[in-house]
Amino acid sequence: MASLKELKDRIGSVKSTQKITKAKQMVAAAKLRRAQAAAEAARPYAARLSEVMASLAGKVSGDSAPILLRGTGSTQRHLLVVINTDKGLCGGLNSNIVKAAKVKAKELIANGKDVRFYLVGKKGRAPIKREYPERISKHFDTSNVRTPGFEEAEAVASELIAMFEAGDFDVAHLVSPIFKSALVQDPTVAQLIPVPAPETGSTAGGDAVVEYEPGEEEILEELLPRYVKTQIFGGLLEREASEQGASMTAMDNATRNAGDLIQALTIKYNRSRQAAITTELIEIIAGAEAL
Amino acid sequence: MPLHFELVTPAKLVRSEDVHMVVVPGAEGEFGVLEGHAPFMSTIRDGAVQIYKTEGGVPESIDIRGGFAEVSETGLTVLAEHVEG
Repeated sequence: MASLKELKDRIGSVKSTQKITKAKQMVAAAKLRRAQAAAEAARPYAARLSEVMASLAGKVSGDSAPILLRGTGSTQRHLLVVINTDKGLCGGLNSNIVKAAKVKAKELIANGKDVRFYLVGKKGRAPIKREYPERISKHFDTSNVRTPGFEEAEAVASELIAMFEAGDFDVAHLVSPIFKSALVQDPTVAQLIPVPAPETGSTAGGDAVVEYEPGEEEILEELLPRYVKTQIFGGLLEREASEQGASMTAMDNATRNAGDLIQALTIKYNRSRQAAITTELIEIIAGAEAL
Repeated sequence: MPLHFELVTPAKLVRSEDVHMVVVPGAEGEFGVLEGHAPFMSTIRDGAVQIYKTEGGVPESIDIRGGFAEVSETGLTVLAEHVEG
């Protein structure tokens, strides 16, 4: 059985761990509100943009459509853009994202496709590198900025578009978490390039003749890179909210577990202390009786 | 009759209000939008959007960069990449 001192030290160490997890939980809770607000504030733009996309994409089709919309005509080379967090302490979030990416990669490889990875965020690097060391083409670092904003999304998107135009890949998918609640963040896989044609069923008032300046194609040409940017920006914001949400939940659990452990250890400590006192008393009494 | 005007950036919904007229710096020249404008879409160049809250009033201007404007029966929507200030 552990000695009294050992037990005491153990309780002290669990207590200090609990302090850390509790602090991290509170920080995450405070940041979550902000991240969630940012993710929600970005939704109108994305919604408007897809509305406009839908109305335009229906009008421009065939060979005249920009390459970002119609694709390269091949689906051989795939690029998986995986958005992970930069920091840990957020439960199973990163491993879930990586798992989703690996499932997709396996499926594509099984179909004879060529798969490469484009990683955003630090935490996805190691696990994907372990499995596919030769398939990682690029890594984008977001750890040097406090909250990734539109500039980072812009940088990622322009790099992706440049790679696409240089013919490095045919199809790109975005793997990122979707924030549902502090308890649920599901990783999703969505096609990024070529831009999937949005549903046109919801656009009412299609009978009105819309005038375009300069022209449909020119606008679409400008719109598509912007759409990719917005998609990545949304992914980054969702990641931020998911990270904080997952972190809050994970740290809440850790704090509770530490509390349970402290309680169990304290009971054990008190028992052994009592046992030690009892033994001492018995020794004294036995000694006195022997006299 | 007021014109419903919305200015949206990726970060947030900057404006959503009823105004008299908005002058937008279009790629092929500035254009003013009043209530009942025909459906219209244009890319925009970097410049100032001028918002006239009332007829003949002093315009409020917001500098925007990159994006496009859409006029539909529901009003004017400006999707800008950046908004200064």
